[in-house]
Amino acid sequence: MNEYADLLIIGAGPAGMSAALAAASRGARIIVLDDNPLPGGQIWRDGPQASLPNQARQMRERLHAHSNIRHHGGTRVIACCGPRQLLVEDADHGWLIGYDKLILCTGARELLLPFPGWTLPGVTGAGGLQALIKGGLPVQDERVVIAGSGPLLLASAATAKHNGAHVLRIAEQASSMAVAGFALQLPRWPGKLLQSITLFDRHYRTGSHVVAALGNERLEGVRLRQQGKIVELACDRLACGFGLIPNTQLGQALGCALDGTALAVDAWQATSQADHYAAGECTGFGGSELALVEGAIAGYAAVGDTAAARQLWPRRTRWQGFAKALNSAFSLNPHLKSLAQADTLVCRCEDVPYAALAGHTDWRAAKLASRCGMGACQGRVCGGALQYLFDWQPSAPRPPFNPARIETLMCLDDTPPA
Amino acid sequence: MPDLILDGRALRVAEGTTVAAALALAGDGCSRTSVNGQRRAPLCGMGICQECRVTIDGRRRLACQTLCQHGMQVQTRP
Amino acid sequence: MSQGLVADVIVIGAGIIGAACAQALARRGLRVLVLDAGLHGATAAGMGHLLVLDDNPAELALSQYSLQRWREQAPQLPEGCAYRNNGTLWLAANAEEMAVAESKYLNLQAQGVACELITRNALRSREPELRDGLEGGLLINGDGILYAPATADWMLDTPHIEQRRARVSEVDGHRVRLDDGQWLNAEAVILANGIQANELCPELPIEPKKGHLLITDRYPGKVTHTLVELGYVTSAHNATGPSTACNIQPRPTGQLFIGASRQFGTLDPQVEGWMLAKMLKRATEYMPGLAQLNGIRAWTGFRAASPDGLPLVGQHPKRKGLWLAVGHEGLGVTTAPGTADLLVAQLFNETPPLAAQPYLPQRFLGEAVYA
Repeated sequence: MNEYADLLIIGAGPAGMSAALAAASRGARIIVLDDNPLPGGQIWRDGPQASLPNQARQMRERLHAHSNIRHHGGTRVIACCGPRQLLVEDADHGWLIGYDKLILCTGARELLLPFPGWTLPGVTGAGGLQALIKGGLPVQDERVVIAGSGPLLLASAATAKHNGAHVLRIAEQASSMAVAGFALQLPRWPGKLLQSITLFDRHYRTGSHVVAALGNERLEGVRLRQQGKIVELACDRLACGFGLIPNTQLGQALGCALDGTALAVDAWQATSQADHYAAGECTGFGGSELALVEGAIAGYAAVGDTAAARQLWPRRTRWQGFAKALNSAFSLNPHLKSLAQADTLVCRCEDVPYAALAGHTDWRAAKLASRCGMGACQGRVCGGALQYLFDWQPSAPRPPFNPARIETLMCLDDTPPA
Repeated sequence: MPDLILDGRALRVAEGTTVAAALALAGDGCSRTSVNGQRRAPLCGMGICQECRVTIDGRRRLACQTLCQHGMQVQTRP
Repeated sequence: MSQGLVADVIVIGAGIIGAACAQALARRGLRVLVLDAGLHGATAAGMGHLLVLDDNPAELALSQYSLQRWREQAPQLPEGCAYRNNGTLWLAANAEEMAVAESKYLNLQAQGVACELITRNALRSREPELRDGLEGGLLINGDGILYAPATADWMLDTPHIEQRRARVSEVDGHRVRLDDGQWLNAEAVILANGIQANELCPELPIEPKKGHLLITDRYPGKVTHTLVELGYVTSAHNATGPSTACNIQPRPTGQLFIGASRQFGTLDPQVEGWMLAKMLKRATEYMPGLAQLNGIRAWTGFRAASPDGLPLVGQHPKRKGLWLAVGHEGLGVTTAPGTADLLVAQLFNETPPLAAQPYLPQRFLGEAVYA
């Protein structure tokens, strides 16, 4: 069941779908892989309690309508096996996909920082709660506190409220000045201004952050520091996330250079690796509008339609402005580095506490001594946190890039190289 | 409307519901037990954190990325 | 301590061998300086398997003595060392291998190593995950497992041991030069840095032997003993080309550690897909259910192999003051206590607890040039 694509796109969120649709017109054989059950990425995640915007629905229909686009959902990349060939896996089997060109649209994940009680059932990411609700998680009449940083907090709150939850508080760590400053710029992007008005919530507090999640077997309440004062709220769910970090692991494994924490790309969305492009949140957080235009540029560039790609540059610039405003407004206050106590778990997979990590010089030394990062998440959660807490660079990715069935790994050719 | 068995209990869910969402409908809402015996529940909701690892029909899978299918046997305490 | 000496003994390499030697010396009251370049060698990568191997009498003597010392120390090891006495079950796939199992059984019994022959039927009930049709096995009860990096850390956390992150660029008998130019003097220097030993002593016959490993997610209770195929013995010492052998170790966490592979002639640390696939196929031939389990991490390591499969333990015959503890191949963790005791006895001119002769560096480097 091995496959071949002229153009392989990793990720079927806004960037990936946009790239596929742009590239499709030139007749290329396109395969789009995505590890979620349905296309749309996170922002357009579908499910029994999701409300998809029309644009998302239309793009999915168009994706499906193109006979030269094949979409594989529930599929993860496991290894690179030779130049331009990937080992992938879904629920049933593993197989190889060869390609000529590739576009990475691997998106971003939430920055989840450790704080006392964060491992209690009932605590999720902010985007995490939104995703779970969209997938059918019942929250009717549940008391929810949302915390962390970024516009995602408001979006998550909106989804929770829409599904019957009582959002008691939205604790944004950015200062009122930073958030107001950002809001004042919104008229530059009228659609965003409108969106922010509809998302406004009277329980939103700036200069506020979580101190601890409280409870025995599961979450029972939250302690917050709100503009200097300690506040405790009884609640059923705490949804806490501190912004987004790009998923660059596969890109790095393919040899793509980074720019800061994101994949580096040029004006054509080309990475440092020939014939490999990247678009969307994995090149830097900026929202769905930016992801859509970057995806289209990458799609056109990958099939050689430079004129169409270049035509989109002004639109990209406009949305890059939004991204810049967003990132500076919601930058993280350094005092968030001291949320974790000595016994707060940092590595959830291996139950490694903060105290076991604090003395080490780097990620590798800490990992070896404590087994932090050796678990199933392969350092995605704890590594993201430790990069923020101690500036530790994570190690280079190794296959398997996701937990994979051993029978999938056995699909790799076992012939020794010549 | 798929019917599944979660830790030995029968459960009926809406079409398209994730196994992670289904966990909240029966049992303790948790997906696994940690190294030190603490119960854990889905955290990131999008296939990253691995907290929602469950055993489905004998295979270890992520509950948040798996849609409920009729007849699935899900275990959170293997 | 004499004037100008940074320590009584300098140990190069903070892996399990260096750590064991340092601990043994420090317990004798010597001041030890352990220098490590932070390169993470075999100790960081290996399986931490404690096993008795009887390919030849010297190997048996060293591994048997060392296992005994591990069992004695076990109550002192902290929980993080994850020591378990879970035994090794050598698997015979056919009558020929079962005959090998039987002769090993007789030999080991005669040497006082507790072991049992396991018949075909008993095998299935002991380890239900094993495939049908295996002939039987040999269970070596005193074998075990531990987490080597934590164990090395524990050994180094002994009074009179100082550790320093430093790279040694030259060794001259009982003194070393660091890569910042500084010379450090001691009464003796112990070289215990595995495959990097050649950089300091090019005359050492150490070859790197690359190995791949994979660890699975947690599946408690599937496997009890460390499962190793008897073909392992043949593949380990007879093959010149790349080879694999089934080696499945149950970790206390419930994860399964899968090995083993051997390749010469490369220092490339990349996981090679073809070798990983080959190794996993071999393992699933013994445990078919493994195919359905999830692998979560794969990595490689380099064993320091010597031409006869035995380590070099003793003073360098051409460089007085320089002592060698290298070339342990896949038995470094196992034989760390024996290596340390042998070396310390030689340093103090005492009768060693087992015959030192078979491990002396002279066998490769020639007779001593000094008295």
